[in-house]
Amino acid sequence: MGRTGFVVQRLLLLIPVAVGVTIVVFFMVHLIPGDPAATILGIHATPKAIALLHQQWGLNRPLASQYWLFLDRLLHGNLGQSIFYGGSVTSLILSHLPPTLWLLSYATVLTVLISVPLAVLAASRRDGIRDHVVRAVPLVGLGMPPFWLGFLLIYAFAISLRIFPVSGYGSGFTGHLQSMFLPSLTVALALTPVVIRSLRASMLNVLGAEYIVTARSKGVPPHRLYQRHVLRNAVIPAVTVLAINIGFLVGATVIIEQIFAIPGIGQLMINSIFQRDFPVVQGVTLVFAIMVVLVNLLADLSYAALDPRVRFDR
Amino acid sequence: MSAIEVPSVPQGPEPASEPVLVIRAEGRAASRWYRQPALMAGIVILAVVVGLALAAPLITSYDPIAQNLNETLLGPSAHHLLGTDQLGRDTFTRLLYGLRLDLRIGFIAVLLPFVLGTVLGSLAGYFGGGVDTTIMRLVDIVVAFPFYVLIIALVFVLGPGERSIYLAITVVGWVAYARIIRGEILVAKRQDYVTAARSGGLSNVRIMRRHLLPNVISQAYIYGMSDIVQVILAIVTLGFFGLGIPPPTADLGSMINDGQNFLSTHWQLATIPGLVVVLVGLGLSLVGDGLADLLRPGQ
Repeated sequence: MGRTGFVVQRLLLLIPVAVGVTIVVFFMVHLIPGDPAATILGIHATPKAIALLHQQWGLNRPLASQYWLFLDRLLHGNLGQSIFYGGSVTSLILSHLPPTLWLLSYATVLTVLISVPLAVLAASRRDGIRDHVVRAVPLVGLGMPPFWLGFLLIYAFAISLRIFPVSGYGSGFTGHLQSMFLPSLTVALALTPVVIRSLRASMLNVLGAEYIVTARSKGVPPHRLYQRHVLRNAVIPAVTVLAINIGFLVGATVIIEQIFAIPGIGQLMINSIFQRDFPVVQGVTLVFAIMVVLVNLLADLSYAALDPRVRFDR
Repeated sequence: MSAIEVPSVPQGPEPASEPVLVIRAEGRAASRWYRQPALMAGIVILAVVVGLALAAPLITSYDPIAQNLNETLLGPSAHHLLGTDQLGRDTFTRLLYGLRLDLRIGFIAVLLPFVLGTVLGSLAGYFGGGVDTTIMRLVDIVVAFPFYVLIIALVFVLGPGERSIYLAITVVGWVAYARIIRGEILVAKRQDYVTAARSGGLSNVRIMRRHLLPNVISQAYIYGMSDIVQVILAIVTLGFFGLGIPPPTADLGSMINDGQNFLSTHWQLATIPGLVVVLVGLGLSLVGDGLADLLRPGQ
């Protein structure tokens, strides 16, 4: 199977996932115990409002036709109306999306900046002191609650030392860069343990390869060896690890946005939960799933660009 | 390492046949486990933490939920080792009971996805075909949702409480076990002993339970040890957002949330519960890594 064949097959796999994801998001409403309309409306639940919602969402119809209605609306970009904020859920999500995308990219960059040097340090002298110190990082880091780490950082760098703002999104590029540093660092620190572990392991693998011995014996200087030979080959598994953990990364932004008061879709989700604004929670959940599916697709497709040896027959 | 092992090698006239090799391998694993400082440190940490949690009613005489509004926000003292919170409850007591609750929920919550994922993963790997496709598409769908997003959304929909936590973590968590076990079974089912069992007329269920699972389950154990750290973190995070166990029950997450407001005046209220979570995670990770080394003799 050629390259186009692989791409087509990979795209076809999206169909069952897309259908499944919409079914899960659709059924979230029906997991609500009792009459969903009464629960969703909460204190606003007058008999008239309940009847209206029943009619709007088609709650009286059979499930299959309700799902069909949901899909039909979705394909027109309509995620329903927000109960608490008013207005359409789609525009609400779109206006909250930029901070989340900022946080995600900033955190990814910081993760790479932190984990690559540490992994090189650890792998270059296996079982040396540096290796043991770097290997201790995941042990402590994995058990650290991200939200707890977040407000420790706020306390240390924003309240005591006053280097960074306590919260918010900032304005302008440099403003974002400064305001989003602590939250991005928190997300990055939550992710680095996993990335360091796999990057170190794959670098040790590469270091044992024959072409490294060859490169060494022909007198390639160490920094060039790492740059041209080791990292280039070790980066592919690292991209896979980052892609696999995109779900964790995106999920962590939900928590971190709340701690640092960043007006992204994660904060929108948590606030909507407290307001029992069901359509918004549903919409954000769907958008998060779309993000994860797209990133995984991009990762799969980018292997070809990173590694010319990848073949597409399985 | 090898110098220590020399005396344990049988020196008698026995030929070095295969059974002897097996005994040697077991002997090495058994004699090695207490020589691993990391594993021992993990066991000690876990023993202390679990011991403190279990013995909570013996260690402290305070009630974790009884309020005493005359003694709010006291500093650490002989009466209150870690002081009191904004409602006058003893922080040390709440810490012990919170730890007890979170550990209990964590262990149960990691068991359910372990069982479900192992069963579905074995079915997918053993039968292949339509069963495999169906289960793996289900995996794809669950994996499409970010871990915390799906858990928070599910707990929100189902309402706060222990039952919702178990349900949410099971729905999200089984996929990793299913993937691991499926992959292992795909390899193991081609081995001769499975062919032998099949030609001996054993039923599929018996082959899976008695022959395949014992050979592949250790990978799921290894993953489970690191998974439980994430599960406990998820429980604490849910508690922090007020989606976990409803107040006034002591839970490390809600303690951190309460203490957050007093960070500049009473730092211990929010930081100590977090440190306890880190300590639990450290203990579990050390034990998990140590067990992984013992269970994977090839590496």
